[in-house]
Amino acid sequence: MPELAIWSIFFLPIISFLVISFLLRPFLNDKPRLSGYLAVLSIAGSLLLSFWVLSEVINAPGHRLSLPDHEWAMVGNLTIRVGLIVDSLTAVMLIVVTLVSLMVQIYSQGYMHGDPGYHRYFAFMSLFTGSMLGLVMADNLIMLYVFWEMVGLCSYLLIGFWYHRPAAAAAAKKAFIVTRFGDLGFLLAILFVVFQTDPPTFDIERLHSLAVAGTLGGTAITLLALGVFAGAMGKSAQFPLHTWLPDAMEGPTPVSALIHAATMVAAGVFLVARMFPVFEASPQAMTTVSVIGGVTAVFAATMGLVVYDMKRVMAYSTISQLGYMMLGLGVGAYAAGIFHLFNHAFFKALLFLGAGSANHTTGTFDMRFMGGLRRYMPWTFATLTVASLSLAGIPPFSGFWSKDEILLETLHKNQALFWLALVGVFMTAFYVFRMMFMAFGGKYRGGASAEHVTQHSAHSHALHESPPVMVVPMLVLGVLSVISGVVNLPWSFGLPPHWLADFLGGEAAGFDVNLAGTSSLVAALGIFLAYAIYSARWLSAERVGKLFGPIYTLVYRKYYFDELYEDLIVTRGLYRNLSFALDWFDRNIIDNVVDGMAWLGRNVGRPVSRVQTGQVQVYGIGISLGILLILAAFIIFGR
Amino acid sequence: MLSTIVFLPALGAVIIALFLREPRKIRFTAAFLTFVVFALSIYVFAQVDPSQSPSPFIEKYSWIPTMGIQYYLDVDGLSLPLVLLTALLGFCAVLASWNIQLRVKEYFIWLLVLETGVMGVFTALDFFLFFLFWEVELIPMYLLISIWGSGRKEYSAMKFLIYTITGSALMLVGILVLYFSSPARTFDMLQLAESGAQPALLTSQAVFFLLFFAYAVKLPVWPLHTWLPDAHTDAPTAVSIMLAGVLLKMGGYAMIRVSVNMFPEVASSYSWLFASLAVINILYGAVVTMKQQDMKRMIAYSSVSHMGYVLLGISSMGKIGLTGASLQMFTHGTITGLLFLMAGLIYDKAHTRHIPDLGGLASRMPLMAVVFTIAGLASLGLPTTSGFVAELTVFLGTFSVWRVATILGVIGIVLTAGYMLWMLQRIMFGPEKERFAKIGDATAVETVPMLALVAAIMVVGIYPRLLLDVFSAGIAPIIGRLG
Repeated sequence: MPELAIWSIFFLPIISFLVISFLLRPFLNDKPRLSGYLAVLSIAGSLLLSFWVLSEVINAPGHRLSLPDHEWAMVGNLTIRVGLIVDSLTAVMLIVVTLVSLMVQIYSQGYMHGDPGYHRYFAFMSLFTGSMLGLVMADNLIMLYVFWEMVGLCSYLLIGFWYHRPAAAAAAKKAFIVTRFGDLGFLLAILFVVFQTDPPTFDIERLHSLAVAGTLGGTAITLLALGVFAGAMGKSAQFPLHTWLPDAMEGPTPVSALIHAATMVAAGVFLVARMFPVFEASPQAMTTVSVIGGVTAVFAATMGLVVYDMKRVMAYSTISQLGYMMLGLGVGAYAAGIFHLFNHAFFKALLFLGAGSANHTTGTFDMRFMGGLRRYMPWTFATLTVASLSLAGIPPFSGFWSKDEILLETLHKNQALFWLALVGVFMTAFYVFRMMFMAFGGKYRGGASAEHVTQHSAHSHALHESPPVMVVPMLVLGVLSVISGVVNLPWSFGLPPHWLADFLGGEAAGFDVNLAGTSSLVAALGIFLAYAIYSARWLSAERVGKLFGPIYTLVYRKYYFDELYEDLIVTRGLYRNLSFALDWFDRNIIDNVVDGMAWLGRNVGRPVSRVQTGQVQVYGIGISLGILLILAAFIIFGR
Repeated sequence: MLSTIVFLPALGAVIIALFLREPRKIRFTAAFLTFVVFALSIYVFAQVDPSQSPSPFIEKYSWIPTMGIQYYLDVDGLSLPLVLLTALLGFCAVLASWNIQLRVKEYFIWLLVLETGVMGVFTALDFFLFFLFWEVELIPMYLLISIWGSGRKEYSAMKFLIYTITGSALMLVGILVLYFSSPARTFDMLQLAESGAQPALLTSQAVFFLLFFAYAVKLPVWPLHTWLPDAHTDAPTAVSIMLAGVLLKMGGYAMIRVSVNMFPEVASSYSWLFASLAVINILYGAVVTMKQQDMKRMIAYSSVSHMGYVLLGISSMGKIGLTGASLQMFTHGTITGLLFLMAGLIYDKAHTRHIPDLGGLASRMPLMAVVFTIAGLASLGLPTTSGFVAELTVFLGTFSVWRVATILGVIGIVLTAGYMLWMLQRIMFGPEKERFAKIGDATAVETVPMLALVAAIMVVGIYPRLLLDVFSAGIAPIIGRLG
């Protein structure tokens, strides 16, 4: 396969971005449709090329294509290169990114229809897709970091897409800064690695071999792995850097589907997977990854139980599911983690697109004002049900297979984390079906108009199914949510058993009927409880909430993390105290010393200047005294 | 050729002074001449092989033979990009002055003289000539701030002048000591460096710090920085661009060219001091920036923080770090030049620089919002902009030498992200405000410097070898002396 064809996977969306920004937006601003078509066309091209790459990689020896790399910058004894790594992990990620991106961009043609920023939207989406594709193909840490920051930039730009809304502008900034905190660790890891390798290298595959050979080991490799993991925690919104993702829902919904569900937030998981041999060489790092992942999985799920905003339920769900993936990687289930990433991308993107579809007609994301949509939006309802079952982990939907593998590996490695994860399964099933029953069951409760006038007047006549351009991508993702698990079934089903695990080169997790039964049962119980509260109303949600009292408040207020970070640390600590203090110090101490010196100069100068009287006699006295002094000094000290 | 680059702006000033009266003609003459200077410096940049010394453009004549003073201009890998930067920003500064109405003639005369002074500093290799140019730049600067400035302009101009002159006086003492101690009685900077200056009159430490003080004021190094926020805030837009863009670089350039190059041992033995001061510059600057409510004052303090990275790079006393420091100078020149340009344009249109009063401008000025965002992102070191490459190179150079300082420096980039994005949010985003309903986007003349600087930022960010190779060739002989 020619190198240019592989590079084109990355270049096509970038070209689309450039053409939209420099040609379509300035010169054809009245024809916004063009940029939508161009974006879809370019990403479709990338998808086809990605399938080509996949087939090449499947047939290649060792499941990797070797490509030359190119010098980007040289300084001193360091050479920074650009090149592509095309192995099984890359091939899988390429398919995920291009496929979801294509579906989302087709859907966006309908969802963003008539938005004044239509050109800008597709320009940014293309830039994002290109950067994300660059990220999964980068063969060295610097290049990976470049694209890592680029996808962060696109996330910033797209969260703040409706920049006139203060909440959107604030959320965009928050996302960028919180993830940058994690990136600090990543950057330090990059700086660190240079001095642990000889000759200095950023090359990922070389680091793998150094880690496997044990040349790079001990504390050094733990520090390296933890630094990289800090970056991954920021991007994948892992506890305690999770606070930005729920706020990121201020962006347009297709953006949330693509960036904040399927691809960019999964980049953290991808990064750990990409550096997996390095992590494996450090038991401490592996433990950290699994504990952070497991804690995040449950911690985020609890917040998903109580929010009313449909997209935020999904946001917490995403954080939680990313936690499962991290947990999988942390316990060594490399293939299972990627398998879950693969499945999750499809069903979670679909859940977001469905939420967008519901919002498209009701005008709100608040589930308290939805209800009864099942009758008006049959396609949205059907596809979302499939996605929800997949997320909840009900067999035979795709999510079940991957989640089960993670649970099984966790059970082998760490009992405590296993029970934690099982509790998470229950919560997941509950919150997603809570959402389904609230939004799609019962009667319609008025949508956006009811939200704003707070009176229950149903405008059900206005409700309608979304246009085909939105429904068709949802159908495609719906089909994938059912069948994507087929790539890694425990039995032969078209493909050999555990095909994906073999392809990725990880160990197959196996299958345990008891565990599968238990986890399905737990999930079913979660669904049943949601049914009991939100559909059959045997239990009142308010009463259950009151029962938990302070705990409910704690969870509802997101454990006060926003207050801790934003109010206490940033506003009070950094801004009000440190920043004010140093600014005061700068103006009043340092500057006063300077002004004081100037004052001294002027006021010492004034009396001295009186000496200059213009009278020759005075000068004469001065000169005489001076000569006497010098003479005296000479006599006393001189010889 | 180099003399033409240096003196063409001054010649333009003479022409304007003697022959032109109409503001329109004055503007076009200034723009034309600075553009020619820019074109010539691109030509020189393309022609010179930075690993060759002297360059084919060398100009070396005996000037005052009795005192061994030469007229000696040349460029090498270190000065070449800075000459280019000065020419680029000189041209941009003229375009940014298009709307000046007050005493147009004098304004452009002084602006052009300023460019000559700075160009001279970067090309002079005779210490006497160097000092002369160093001082020449002061006069136009003082007048430009005190006449065409705003706010407490006289105070700021005087503060700038006194600070710099104090530094200059000490530098002059240092230069004279070097001259009288050199066996050949020469001001030739290369010869002084090669003879391994061992001043007889004062210890080399003392001479080093006499010189360093002048450069530390210019860079500026904490706690000698307080002239900078005042001068920047009160200066007219074009002068802020020149001041932040190139005048600060005179400090960093001289630190490398003189302090490190001529006193390698002293510089190395005090590198811990530079690393510490650099960290203070970076963090203190960033934290104080956060508090500022005036757009220009904010950018000014961010310069203090960003020049800390130059000092950090220098403190590594290694090839990668010094190259990174040089690249950071170029980069900061384009990025902060652009930030000041945008701040000036916004002030022209919105008539306020007070950040809390601004907001929601993006929908009124889409192009300016895009450019301002690019400048802000470049300033916080986003990859594909030159800011990233420069900071990365500095960090790569210093991490092995000053680990803690580097880690603290890396934390600085998060603070930068914080104040930059917050500033963007408060100025550009949010709901549109009634009082700004009538303002429009940049005009054609204003667009040219905006796009030129964006291009410079992106090109270096995507293809850094364009400058990295040149700088690192210029740094190589200095590293040879560091041993």
